Amino acid sequence: MQVPANFEYEKATTVEETLALLARHGDEARVVAGGHSLLPMMKLRLAQPEALIDINDVAELARIRIEGGMLCVGALVRHAELLDSPVAGEHFPILHDAERVIADPVVRNRGTVGGSLCQADPSEDLSAAFGALKASAVIRGPDGERTVSLREFHTGPYETVVEPGELLIELRIPIRPGVGGGGPPSGGRYQHGSAYEKVERRVGDWPLAAAGAALWLEGGRIADAGIGLTAVRAEHFVAPEAEEVLRGAVPSEEVFAEAGRVAAEHCDPGSDQRGPADYKRHLAGELTTRALRRAYGRSQA
Amino acid sequence: MNITVTVNGQPCTRDVEPRLLLVHFLRDELDLTGTHWGCDTSNCGACVVWLDDVPVKSCTVLAVMASGREVRTVEGLERDGELDPVQKGFSECHGLQCGFCTPGMMMTSRWLLDRSPDPTEAEIREALSGQICRCTGYENIVRSVRWAAEHPAEKPEEVTP
Ligand SMILES: Cc1cc2nc3c(=O)[nH]c(=O)nc-3n(C[C@H](O)[C@H](O)[C@H](O)COP(=O)(O)OP(=O)(O)OC[C@H]3O[C@@H](n4cnc5c(N)ncnc54)[C@H](O)[C@@H]3O)c2cc1C
Ligand code: FES
Ligand code: FES
Repeated sequence: MQVPANFEYEKATTVEETLALLARHGDEARVVAGGHSLLPMMKLRLAQPEALIDINDVAELARIRIEGGMLCVGALVRHAELLDSPVAGEHFPILHDAERVIADPVVRNRGTVGGSLCQADPSEDLSAAFGALKASAVIRGPDGERTVSLREFHTGPYETVVEPGELLIELRIPIRPGVGGGGPPSGGRYQHGSAYEKVERRVGDWPLAAAGAALWLEGGRIADAGIGLTAVRAEHFVAPEAEEVLRGAVPSEEVFAEAGRVAAEHCDPGSDQRGPADYKRHLAGELTTRALRRAYGRSQA
Repeated sequence: MNITVTVNGQPCTRDVEPRLLLVHFLRDELDLTGTHWGCDTSNCGACVVWLDDVPVKSCTVLAVMASGREVRTVEGLERDGELDPVQKGFSECHGLQCGFCTPGMMMTSRWLLDRSPDPTEAEIREALSGQICRCTGYENIVRSVRWAAEHPAEKPEEVTP
């Protein structure tokens, strides 16, 4: 029987109270959201926090809303809620694609978006999806609030810029064109599409490799592109070199294949129990191409 | 820590360590051994119970996290001495062999049917995809859930105030 080490337990009901409790308990305190990454680690004694601050009652973190031309996904939104959200799916179908293949429906009832990102597992799916969408993360701490691009959020495996004593509040994705001149220079509208492709050994498992793609098109050309990769040691879960191939190009099978080739070249997968490195590299390329194809199809629908 | 969890409609108060997992609270503190304890790693689904109306894996939830909330276990499936259609379905269609996975399978199936009263085979398999039957009796489990969909409980008569 796996039993966590002893700890103190506190329940917070607001962000302010959470920050106060984190400050009171010091560096060895951790917040617990769904607990589906933290509790297994505590059961194996890989983590031994001295205090757990339960944020499951912090309602202000559990909302999905559109504000200021952005889709805002609260840190405490459960996987199942993001999957069920029509507004998220309508703007960014990549989020539904990814959620449909994260764990299983019962785990998705409990695990949260914020917990996934803060856990920063190198095979985590949402980091690649939000990375492709060029999302940013809102973090609050004792010294106030800051916004960090998701492309600067991860500092290594299981490491993020969220410091002890800080709390991830929400993820924000700009809906372009949005307020503040987020649209194309012509003043028209971007055609936008996004998609996520994952290969797993069995239903509900972590990915061998997965790729997310987002395209913003204007006048028949790709104005901007985002590509996310997971489980293949792509820095910050994205493939900027492949995005560069796409920017300004006329969308075609050849361009999507070339972007896949470049994405595969620039990642650094390792061999492990899930599969050999060369197979994962192959997948990174092929899944990037497939995700681009599907994202493009959606942008034209 | 003193906690009160409402289990199958009954408020239950106990003094527990914060590290006690919900599955052990139910089985060892409340003697509700219908909820099974299997892999201990949130992979098998033997321990599934409802927490505030959604199925969760209780080996990966702290009992203290359920304090002030509602939990429903397999013991709370029947209504007024009548088995739930899901329980009848598993009985009618031979949906269990050793029965180890059955309580968890039934809790998730009830939730599925509440959300989607006439699910396809694919929907049933997707809903139960986080749960493992060591006897591999999946065909009959799917049949059992279909049986339950085809034989819903009679709605209690509306009482006009
Ligand atoms: C069987 C199984 C299969 C899975 N399969 C997949 C999969 O295929 N793909 C995938 O991507 N994931 C998968 N996961 C992981 C799943 O998505 C988890 O739910 C997720 O990793 C953690 O979410 P949580 O809310 O449970 O986090 P918790 O366990 O509560 O927290 C994780 C970490 O984040 C910190 N944290 C949580 N919230 C915040 C916050 N708001 N601010 C600051 N820090 C915070 C905690 O202190 C802790 O360090 C799987 C999990 C399981 C159990
Ligand atoms: S015992 Fe909880 S999922 Fe297996
Ligand atoms: S009936 Fe034996 S584990 Fe499912």
